[in-house]
Amino acid sequence: MKLWSFICIGFLLFACSKDDGTGTIAPPKSGFDRGAMLVNWADNIIVPTYTSFKTEAESLNNAATAFTNGPTEATLQSLRASWTTAYISFQKVSMFEIGKAEEIRYRNRLNIYPSNTEKIENFIAAESYDLALPSTIDAQGFPAIDYLINGLAGTDIEIVSFYNTNGNAQGYKNYLGTLTETILQLTTMILDDWNAGFRDSFVANTSSSATGSVDKMANDYIFYFEKSLRAGKVGIPAGVFSEQPLPENVEARYKEDFSKQLLLTAIKASQDFFNGKYSNNNTTGESFKTYLDFLNSIKNGEDLGSLINAQFNAADTQANELNDNLALQIETDNTKMLSTYDELQRNVILLKVDMLQALSINVDYVDADGD
Amino acid sequence: MVSRINAYRNKTTDAAPLAAFRILFGLMMFVGIVRFWSYGWIDKFYIQPKFFFSYYGFEWVRPLGGYTYLLFFICGIAAICVALGYRYRIAIILFFLSFTYIELMDKTTYLNHYYFISCLSFLMIFLPANAYFSLDAHRDRDKAYGQVPRWTVDAIKLLIALVYLYAGLAKLNSDWLIRAMPLKIWLPAQYDLPLLGNLMQREWLHYAFSWGGAAYDLAIPFLLFYKPTRWSAFALVVFFHLMTRILFPIGMFPYVMIVSALVFFDAGVHHKILKTLSTIFRIKKEKADARIRNKTYRNKTRTPMLIVGLFIAFQLLFPWRYLLYKNELFWTEEGYRFSWRVMLMEKAGYAQFKIVDKKKEAAFLVDNTDFLSTFQEKQMSTQPDFILQYAHFLGKHFTAQGHKNVAVYVESYVALNGRLSQPYIDPKVNLLEQEESFGAKDWILEFKDEIKGF
Repeated sequence: MKLWSFICIGFLLFACSKDDGTGTIAPPKSGFDRGAMLVNWADNIIVPTYTSFKTEAESLNNAATAFTNGPTEATLQSLRASWTTAYISFQKVSMFEIGKAEEIRYRNRLNIYPSNTEKIENFIAAESYDLALPSTIDAQGFPAIDYLINGLAGTDIEIVSFYNTNGNAQGYKNYLGTLTETILQLTTMILDDWNAGFRDSFVANTSSSATGSVDKMANDYIFYFEKSLRAGKVGIPAGVFSEQPLPENVEARYKEDFSKQLLLTAIKASQDFFNGKYSNNNTTGESFKTYLDFLNSIKNGEDLGSLINAQFNAADTQANELNDNLALQIETDNTKMLSTYDELQRNVILLKVDMLQALSINVDYVDADGD
Repeated sequence: MVSRINAYRNKTTDAAPLAAFRILFGLMMFVGIVRFWSYGWIDKFYIQPKFFFSYYGFEWVRPLGGYTYLLFFICGIAAICVALGYRYRIAIILFFLSFTYIELMDKTTYLNHYYFISCLSFLMIFLPANAYFSLDAHRDRDKAYGQVPRWTVDAIKLLIALVYLYAGLAKLNSDWLIRAMPLKIWLPAQYDLPLLGNLMQREWLHYAFSWGGAAYDLAIPFLLFYKPTRWSAFALVVFFHLMTRILFPIGMFPYVMIVSALVFFDAGVHHKILKTLSTIFRIKKEKADARIRNKTYRNKTRTPMLIVGLFIAFQLLFPWRYLLYKNELFWTEEGYRFSWRVMLMEKAGYAQFKIVDKKKEAAFLVDNTDFLSTFQEKQMSTQPDFILQYAHFLGKHFTAQGHKNVAVYVESYVALNGRLSQPYIDPKVNLLEQEESFGAKDWILEFKDEIKGF
């Protein structure tokens, strides 16, 4: 018996020491390289995506300046085009709410809808507001701009004349300028932070704990998919969480024919990130998908990566059925909205339950003991 | 048989192991309470949540608002008194009651090792752990004894042995041994562990740890009981528990088990431990030794031994209650808790509740974060009794809000030990029509796989 336990200890010690001795001789990567995944995320996806969004935010800000300097139908249409492009571009960064973005609650600052138009009007009238206050999140960002460039009147002529003739036209111009400037400023802040050093600490933090980059990113990504995409863009307006549908809660409600495009962009962006697709071309690198494939090679379980991709495709197909104007879709035939919700919901389960279990990541890491 | 029991009852042993155990246990518990408090967990687990999951039959045990801190304070003071052996009997009763009350407040935080502490402290109520090297013995010469009934020390050993043995038996199942689950999920995540990180991704290691862990649990009680292997067994205990400490977030438990295993040693070792403590705290051990001479503690009645005997018998039987349920234990968790099933499952779930107006056929979904902490939601989504209790809570909540004819349905999915998630609770069952009981829960959907073994 004594011998047995010594053998046991010896075996375990041998197991421990083996890694030191042969680690350099054995092929270096029989395991998955989480570091490489983080590098791919940061260098090929997150930073380039923020960079291109920043360019769009600059154009938006410039277009807003041009419009407020001389409100014409031409400058309005140019501003609207910039807003549209930037809003689409934003869908691709919204899921990266990590680091500085998390700190400044970036998504809340840029895309809380529906906007509180009363609050916006009051701010403009009072000419005093602090957009950094949490209470102002429903009076800024893309939805507030939507109101100011699409929602003030029925036609472009009326909107332009509003900015020329309204008693407080200057107040509206100032507010619009502040909104586009704030978007640019916040985005610059985040991008600078990535470039200044956050990228390095993000990539280096391969640990699997509450603060590890993979765990945090996975949680942020799934939170985005579940709350902002599935619930925000589809579920809430379709009335899934309320007794009645709430068509006025769709994204970009004043632009009207734009909400579907935003949704499709967001689904595509989520899937691309899952597959580790570079932001600028079709190359793919290490990602949740390849990580799952690796773990599956140990586990011999279901091919989760393919299942998730299939579900992304199903959601995309279903969403393509929708009217360009989701509010109209809800009012005419809400069942298609609900079906889209269901397809997205199926992927929430695959991501949140199956993928997180496979990666051994806790949902919003619970800081407590286990046994 | 009766004469053998009587003979055993009269056997005595040195009081030192019991004294050392009492001191170390009390100190550990005190540190545990301080640790829990300092992490802000009292607030996070027992004050902030709006809703608490109670144990069946213990619905009256609830957190006490701000007084919950007082409860922990009492528990901590009681632990110190136990360590000091100051008014020991009252202290250990108070500790048992306050600690158990804390554990019963919300089953979200259920851990086998908390249950182990409750069991151990209950047992200690009936043991003369203050006979030696205690303030009680110091204050009253008549309460000092050098010898205690042998069964009192054996009872602790037996409880510890039982925990290991049952934990080992529970590992003898196909998921653990054949699929190396859930270690195959948990270990690769230890990616950045110094030296071991890369090794954690090797399949053979997952099997080695699974089989090694099961063998360890099954063998260690015998290796500790058997004198020739005792020291190497203790070395194994230290190694095993430190290893689990490195790999998993299991708090104080490894240290509690390491310290508890000391009780298996002969009195000589404990006298050395007490001697060391004496030096640290500048106590004269000789003084305590002089008081006891050859005095032997004797129970005035047979009651303590009887209660402890019944308690051990209960512990032997209770974990087998799962056999009374026909469903897969890991899936339905009927009879899962309080059975030393440690680290056996990786379960993840998702539960989406739907509130339906039965007459209008209108429905809406519930956002769980409105009512539950992330920890509670995580625990709720994989355990049927949590789901049922929460459904009833939702029913009451929305009825009070003015909704009429409320029915509560849940669409839920659970993934168990790396299997693809499957539907969990029957989505067509109005959970308000179901009541908690010890009966089988037929509204849990069938597990589409089989796990063989204990």
